[in-house]
Amino acid sequence: MDVLDLARWQFGITTVYHFLMVPLTIGLSILVAGMQTAWVRTGDEKYLRMTKFWGKLLLVNFAMGVVTGIVQEFQFGMAWSEYSRFVGDVFGAPLAMEGLVAFFVESTFLGLWIFGWDRLPKRVHLACVWAFSLATVASAYFILAANSWMQHPVGVAMVDGKPVLTSIWAVLTNNTALAAIPHTIAGTFAVAGSFLVGIAAWHLWRKRREDDADRPVWRASVKFGGWVSAAAFAALAVTGDLQGKLMFEQQPMKMAAAEALCHTESPAAFSVFAVGDVTRPDCENVKSITVPALLSFLAHNDFTTEVRGIEDLVVEYRERYGEFYPVDERLGELSGQPIDYVPNLPVTYWGFRLMIGFGALGTGISVLVLWLTRRGRIPESRWFPRLALAGIATPFLGNSFGWIFTEMGRQPFVVVPNPSGVDGVWMFTARAVSGLTTGEVWTSLIGLTLVYAVLAAVEVFLIARYVRGGVAGVMPRKKSDKPDDTLAFAY
Amino acid sequence: MDLALIWFVVIALLWLGYLFLEGFDFGVGMLLPVLGRDDTDRRVMINTIGPVWDGNEVWVIVAVGATFAAFPDWYASLLSAAYLPLLLVLLGLIGRGVAFEYRGKVDSDRWRRTWDRVIVVGSWVPALGVGLLLTTTFLGLPLDEGGQRVGSAFAAFTPESALGALAIAGFALTHGAVFTALKTDGPIRHRARALALRLGPLALLPLGGLLVVVQWESGELWTWAAAGLVFAAASVAFSRLRAGREGQAFAALGAVIALSVAALFGALYPDVLPSTLNPAWSLTVEGAASSPYTLEVMSWVALFGTPAVLAYQGWTYWVFRRRVSAAHIPPVHVP
Ligand code: HDD
Ligand code: HEM
Ligand code: HEM
Repeated sequence: MDVLDLARWQFGITTVYHFLMVPLTIGLSILVAGMQTAWVRTGDEKYLRMTKFWGKLLLVNFAMGVVTGIVQEFQFGMAWSEYSRFVGDVFGAPLAMEGLVAFFVESTFLGLWIFGWDRLPKRVHLACVWAFSLATVASAYFILAANSWMQHPVGVAMVDGKPVLTSIWAVLTNNTALAAIPHTIAGTFAVAGSFLVGIAAWHLWRKRREDDADRPVWRASVKFGGWVSAAAFAALAVTGDLQGKLMFEQQPMKMAAAEALCHTESPAAFSVFAVGDVTRPDCENVKSITVPALLSFLAHNDFTTEVRGIEDLVVEYRERYGEFYPVDERLGELSGQPIDYVPNLPVTYWGFRLMIGFGALGTGISVLVLWLTRRGRIPESRWFPRLALAGIATPFLGNSFGWIFTEMGRQPFVVVPNPSGVDGVWMFTARAVSGLTTGEVWTSLIGLTLVYAVLAAVEVFLIARYVRGGVAGVMPRKKSDKPDDTLAFAY
Repeated sequence: MDLALIWFVVIALLWLGYLFLEGFDFGVGMLLPVLGRDDTDRRVMINTIGPVWDGNEVWVIVAVGATFAAFPDWYASLLSAAYLPLLLVLLGLIGRGVAFEYRGKVDSDRWRRTWDRVIVVGSWVPALGVGLLLTTTFLGLPLDEGGQRVGSAFAAFTPESALGALAIAGFALTHGAVFTALKTDGPIRHRARALALRLGPLALLPLGGLLVVVQWESGELWTWAAAGLVFAAASVAFSRLRAGREGQAFAALGAVIALSVAALFGALYPDVLPSTLNPAWSLTVEGAASSPYTLEVMSWVALFGTPAVLAYQGWTYWVFRRRVSAAHIPPVHVP
């Protein structure tokens, strides 16, 4: 493998990994802030116990989100320095704003929240958890604005061969970003909802025959999580549909790749499931179950619009963006070679379906659990806890496949040309990579992957322990009424 | 004044914030096995930085992010050219961050000992690595006219950068010892003070060496003067510490690092990353800067953002101003 392949694997692995922690942090932090608000408002001890229990799991996860995020921040310069040079004038700004506006708030107020339980007045302490959780949303906003600029560059002019920022407002209100942000935030709620449902349902079932003082905690959690999960999926479908319409205008090749749509169709059918080899852009041997005209609807809100297929698009892309890579030793094996404008079809086709499928499955399970536990019921079946726990994994998978689809669907571009934008503002992934030795990138790829693997095991182990420990595991009972000078929440 | 220069100063200030704040929490981590004789001691030390270490770490994220926004070429060249040292810094920071959070979450000596080791290594390695990285930017790299590194993957490892690595680590060590003395009570406080007095002057020597090397290379009158004042500030720090005034000693160490940053970045100007092959290929403040519009946007963000950050981070230190001692440490409670 050459530096390009290695750097791509590294970026893919580290980013998908980062985005396992991210949605749980964002979704759960807001839910925990909601729980604490309920406690402050009602004084009901149940909500305090919920806050403490879910808050502890949040912290275990948050630490991993932070440390994997740092790698991301440096990685653009380390492995993608040509990219950084090319887009720096535009792309660095939202990244720096994320740090200054979001990360400082996040990290500082989380510290206040963890250690401030017995130091701060109740309402100030509550404000800290809100500051923290809203800052996670702010960080998502800025980074997604940066990412959306790569999908759909706006607000720039071309000066001396480089995009130069002309309007930060255009970048921050890019319609691609305004659609991607609610979609991604909804995805974080899908994760957090299933997380609550899965764990709380398991607790309900485990002590179904005993007298469990914390049953109200688990009941409230199942209910809360179940509704969040259902609402999240509805929001995902609505916002995803918006994204589809933008994708049709802005990234027609990604649209065609999502469907493995080889020939232009009008009206275009939506493929639900394909049998055969979708690898080849000529679509021989592919049999697929289709819903007539649905793709036209997804693309343009009617049942007649023509959706262009890969064959036609390749011709157009060659005309607009060139047929061959330039001859340049930095491009390695690709130097002077024909440019392949077709993204990896099995990945995009199945990625898109798995995103929706896993998301739907997760919400389906949450809603089923909600129904099975209605009005004080607890199912006896051994399958019930297994199903509920398995449901936790599905929205994580949905999110990962969503990103894998979005990012691989824009290949071979790292900055996708905007069809109605300024000429020349696009970049091939092959040109973006740093001039490193393969040895360097192998070292980091192996090093980071190994460390990440070990840490994943540690995080899962700790979360499982705290889950098993229940609320008692995070809330020691006071031994005496003596005024107590110890730190409430010490490391 | 010209925006590119302002942003050069802003980035120097962000590094100053980072070295000052994370400096002491690196130091606390580095000294964990030395000052922390038993588990309670070690928990005392970790709890002195517990609420703040993550906020401190964000300073480096913003320093690097602001470099990306304001000087993309500097960001791109430095980070790619110093790939391997940066990888070590990242691995160190990864380990350290999770170690703080996870070490108390299982009640087992083996578990705690393992994470303690991660904290120690994860504090030493990034402290050394950040010193190496900054020295690289002060003294330059073999860069071609495109800002690409010529030469091996180990180009950033030189005797001078090794000195710079020790300089920052040595400062962090001293700063951490004084911070521990300032924030704890009981025997550990006295041990920390004694250690700072005994080891501090030695640990700050490499910083003095780095200052001289960099001034020799590209110093000007005022940066030589700032470097000279570093020695004065350091002697004030140790004499205040000897007098038992830990707060004043800590502030004097702040002056040490502030003057050092001024002397070092001042000597670097007008370059941001010199090329050791040909001065014409050096990246400069003017040449590497983003467009005026981008700098203007970032200036507005910084103008409103930075005071807010200083205010709420300052408030955190106020909320947690109390000294921590063994009596404050609750019994271990894990599921
Ligand atoms: C949609 C949300 C989202 C996305 C796409 C990303 N992140 Fe992230 N990131 C977060 C949402 C987030 C967060 C929720 O704010 C985190 C996760 C856990 C945490 O502590 O904050 C975080 C942490 C985090 C940190 C540590 C902050 C700290 O110390 O407090 C850094 C430096 C980054 N991220 C940088 C990045 C970069 C450069 C990304 C692009 C490749 C990226 N993140 C993708
Ligand atoms: C956190 C969610 C994200 C995930 C899971 C994700 C996933 C991926 C994956 C799988 C790749 C590899 C694609 C390939 O090589 O074919 C990739 C590449 C890349 N992504 Fe993302 N991405 C995410 C967010 C972002 C964001 C927010 C940015 C920028 C702000 C970004 C910038 C890039 C860059 C620069 C590359 C490298 C070039 C390339 O290989 O395409 N990504 N990402
Ligand atoms: C009916 C349901 C859904 C539709 C129609 C839909 C549609 C889309 C589309 C079109 C994109 C690509 C945007 C682009 O690259 O331009 C996308 C991206 C994505 N999807 Fe979905 N999606 C759905 C459900 C889900 C679910 C259930 C999840 C997670 C649980 C999810 C998570 C994501 C993520 C993380 C991305 C990448 C980030 C982004 O571009 O917003 N989606 N989705």
